Amino acid sequence: MAMAVIWAVMVGASILCGAATGQGEAVASAALEGAQAGVELCLAMAGVLCLWMGVMEVMRRAGLVRALSRLLRPLLRRLYPDFAQEEAVMEAVSANLSANVLGLGNAATPLGLEAARRMARRTPGVASDGLCMLVVCNTASVQLIPATVAGLRAAAGCRTPFDILPAVWLASAVSVTAGILAAKLFARIWR
Amino acid sequence: MALAMAMLTPALMLLAAVWGLYRKVDVWDALTAGAGEGLRVCLRIAPALICLLTAVSMLRASGALELLGGVLEPVLTAVGIPPETVGLLLVRPVSGSAALGVGAELMRTYGPDSLVGRTAAVMLGSTETTFYTVAVYFGAAGIARSRYAIPAALCGDLTGFLAASWAVRLLFGGG
Repeated sequence: MAMAVIWAVMVGASILCGAATGQGEAVASAALEGAQAGVELCLAMAGVLCLWMGVMEVMRRAGLVRALSRLLRPLLRRLYPDFAQEEAVMEAVSANLSANVLGLGNAATPLGLEAARRMARRTPGVASDGLCMLVVCNTASVQLIPATVAGLRAAAGCRTPFDILPAVWLASAVSVTAGILAAKLFARIWR
Repeated sequence: MALAMAMLTPALMLLAAVWGLYRKVDVWDALTAGAGEGLRVCLRIAPALICLLTAVSMLRASGALELLGGVLEPVLTAVGIPPETVGLLLVRPVSGSAALGVGAELMRTYGPDSLVGRTAAVMLGSTETTFYTVAVYFGAAGIARSRYAIPAALCGDLTGFLAASWAVRLLFGGG
């Protein structure tokens, strides 16, 4: 439903604005060009995306998710003090974060939902501090190698699509930290 | 730094192959399975991307995007965000495919290695589709009272947009 509104507003605003600025013809031809560009984009980004997802699948089967979740476990006990003693929750939470870090979105979501369902058992219907933290950590990007974005850049003709990685890591680290700090702060004042 | 980033792909490919063989993984099977999954992802997002790029191209041609950027320019410039990215800021928390469409159009219009193109890419890479994720998680867990989850998540998003703009300026200069 949200998408229908967004799309309708975009198209409506273009037509109105185009008519007002006398760009009606340009808007009409842009519609066809845009559709064409969409197809080209999907084809052009497929190569980078397939290569990365292939490499990451090898890493996953070689046990990288498990190794990383063991590494993250002590850190996560401090982030979720209320659930530190609940082994099933901690396991799902750390596997969820590890899969997110490695960019395995398809694997991360079921693990995160498993953790969310288990956490919700204690406080049915109300988001506990732990559950809010889980959502904040999943709405922030912690992905080390954003393959889709690299694919977009490659599709736009960029020869070094991964040169933005240090900037992505810096921005992600700042943004995740801000989200976690906000959650910890709100947990104290929001009853 | 640039060379290290350029060599990242081949280095990780080699690492995955060697480690996979050492752990007795069928590397070839995993590689092709993952690549197949990549194709399915492309196919799954293609319809939305095509329709959204249509709408975003129309917005660009009509002058509405420049108009919106112009209105918000004083605020955005003051905090260091390139005003051209205004469309991306608006759709990013709501729809992942719309954000990809807007980001792709920015890279096409301004060039992937421009300040705007790079900032758009870093914004896409360092934030998530917040409202969608919140809906999925709280829907699955049967949560009606979400308390401070959305404000806290939006704090993270806003910081992410600012940090993305600053990080690109810091690491690539310009603008």
